[in-house]
Amino acid sequence: MLRIENLHVSVEGKPILKGIDLNVKAGEVHAIMGPNGSGKSTLAHVLAGRPGYEVTAGRVWYQGKDLLAMAPEERAREGLFLAFQYPVEIPGVSNIYLLKAALNAIRKHHGLNELDAMDFLATVKDKTRLLDMDEQFLYRAVNEGFSGGEKKRNEILQMAVLEPKLAILDETDSGLDIDALKIVAQGINALRSEKRAFILVTHYQRLLNYIKPDRVHVLAHGSIAKSGDAGLALELEKQGYGWVEQLADAGA
Amino acid sequence: MNTVSQSTARYVADYDSIASQLPGSGLSWLQAMRTRALSQFSASGFPSPREEEWKYTNVAPIERKMFLPRRAIPGSVDIGLLGRYRLPDAFTLVFVDGGFDAGLSNFSGLPDGVVIAPLSEALGRFPELVRSRLGGCIESEPHGFISFNTAMFSDGVLVVLPARTVLERPIQLLHVATQPESLCTVRHLIVAENSAKGEIVESFVGQEDLSYLTASVCEVDIGENAAVTLHKFQAETAKAFHFGGIYVKQAQHGRFEHHNCSFGGLLVRSEIHVGLDQASECLLNGLFLGSGRQHVDNHTRVDHFKPYGISREVYKGILDERARGVFQGRMIVHQDAQKTDSNMTNRNLLLSVDAEIDTKPQLEIYADDVKCGHGVTVGQLEEELVFYLRSRGIDEPSARNMLTFAFANEMVEKIEYESLRSLVLEELISRLPQASAIKEWL
Repeated sequence: MLRIENLHVSVEGKPILKGIDLNVKAGEVHAIMGPNGSGKSTLAHVLAGRPGYEVTAGRVWYQGKDLLAMAPEERAREGLFLAFQYPVEIPGVSNIYLLKAALNAIRKHHGLNELDAMDFLATVKDKTRLLDMDEQFLYRAVNEGFSGGEKKRNEILQMAVLEPKLAILDETDSGLDIDALKIVAQGINALRSEKRAFILVTHYQRLLNYIKPDRVHVLAHGSIAKSGDAGLALELEKQGYGWVEQLADAGA
Repeated sequence: MNTVSQSTARYVADYDSIASQLPGSGLSWLQAMRTRALSQFSASGFPSPREEEWKYTNVAPIERKMFLPRRAIPGSVDIGLLGRYRLPDAFTLVFVDGGFDAGLSNFSGLPDGVVIAPLSEALGRFPELVRSRLGGCIESEPHGFISFNTAMFSDGVLVVLPARTVLERPIQLLHVATQPESLCTVRHLIVAENSAKGEIVESFVGQEDLSYLTASVCEVDIGENAAVTLHKFQAETAKAFHFGGIYVKQAQHGRFEHHNCSFGGLLVRSEIHVGLDQASECLLNGLFLGSGRQHVDNHTRVDHFKPYGISREVYKGILDERARGVFQGRMIVHQDAQKTDSNMTNRNLLLSVDAEIDTKPQLEIYADDVKCGHGVTVGQLEEELVFYLRSRGIDEPSARNMLTFAFANEMVEKIEYESLRSLVLEELISRLPQASAIKEWL
């Protein structure tokens, strides 16, 4: 599904990612962990196509295509989804309006007709229940005045409606209390399938108590210091990031 | 001393020939008032950019033209246009080129005691009431447009909401220009007695691409604990000149709400001046769009005279191509007005490098225990928001249009009156790029 080869990325001339290699197959859940400043969020944003990130070396293949050559909207239409760490507020655009515009843009890209208004509403309402959200949410402006937890839940709602092939979740767990975390995890787990892959970017191990990853990668100083199975996350929880940073330093 | 323009001299010279046709010409007090106003206008002419309050707006293009008072033969009214802008559920008074048109108006079925009458008629039926109120809400020294209007007003409306009356249906004052070089000098007088409540919409439209001048004045007198919501829906033609002044006097615990939607016109000046008494509340919302070579000036002034007043003001502008916008917001908290709570915001979106905005919030505070804030932003769309939408599959031009629309729609959503809100929304969409796409998303 996704193959990252030797990816180097700079922001404002400063190297942030220094040679990332990653291979994610359909059906897999990968967790990318690492201390603050290790480049986790940069990786997530580069994959989504955020402007301002300069790829200085390396390639990214997504479903056999050159991901980096695609515009952000094209990536989204091809099934890539980024759940933002800090979702923006968009006063004047309701959630339902955004969902409809996004879903129809994706459907159009795949040569499908626009969804019937009634069917669309029914689908969306189903998903709000899954995430324990009030339907009234749909008619409010995107994230406007939402609490941190509501914003994160809204990201997952969008994901559930858009049904991406590859979902990248950037610190979706941060700022969530335990109940919200469970709901969000439940929403993610409900979407897990053989055809869909997830990349969970997270600072803490606790999200992984609810979503069991197939692979865990630890980022330090812009490269993957260590990869392993779910056990690695637990190990990290015990030892702390100092342990992998030492590994990374030793490697470098 | 201003050198008075040729057109000013001609308006004054021609005045005698039209004076007898103006409403209330038989009333000596009104004649005296009009004569006084005419001599003020004769001395000052239309305001000049040398005046501080007119600094950013040069009305010379208005002075270069000569607009004609109402003609004996009315123009033919485009019924389709009128139908599009008529609010289906309101009491409607139609003014054609500044004159009241009974045939096109419909305000039958008024509740007991409520007065809605064309001013021409009201001057016969309630001369004392009009006399005691006319000009009473204008606090500041009248400038050229106000004097011009007082001297020349061709009609208007008198609305009286008696004490404790709630008028359920809104009133629409629908102005339409049908003839080239016509002059729409209407004067509206709205009185809400103690604890009364009502809603009024001023709509300004013009036919085809006529050039004409609207110079309207609307006075609103709000009694104790009374509430008035006033809307201005301005969709004049692309060649029209528009001055619209609204002057509001609020008694204790009065509440005034204004929604100003400015879409059309070549040269537009809107004034909204509000004076607040103790614990009265005022809310001013404005949305202005400009493109081509439009010039849109919004001048607001809020005077807090007494303690515990609350005012909230939000104005948003979207300027494209070579349009120029002005926001001048004066907020004056007088010495007596302790515990005033006021806030003013002006946000502007410039869609082209040639578009321009002059924004000048002015807070003058003479009381020491108050809470006053203001903020201004001028800029382009936030790239953060554009990326968010693109990351959801929406292409870049659409994302920008959606955000531009959203920026404006936030103001539209503040309009509670539903049929007006849909009309404003439709007008907004029709004036934004990619209008059809926005319609699809809705």
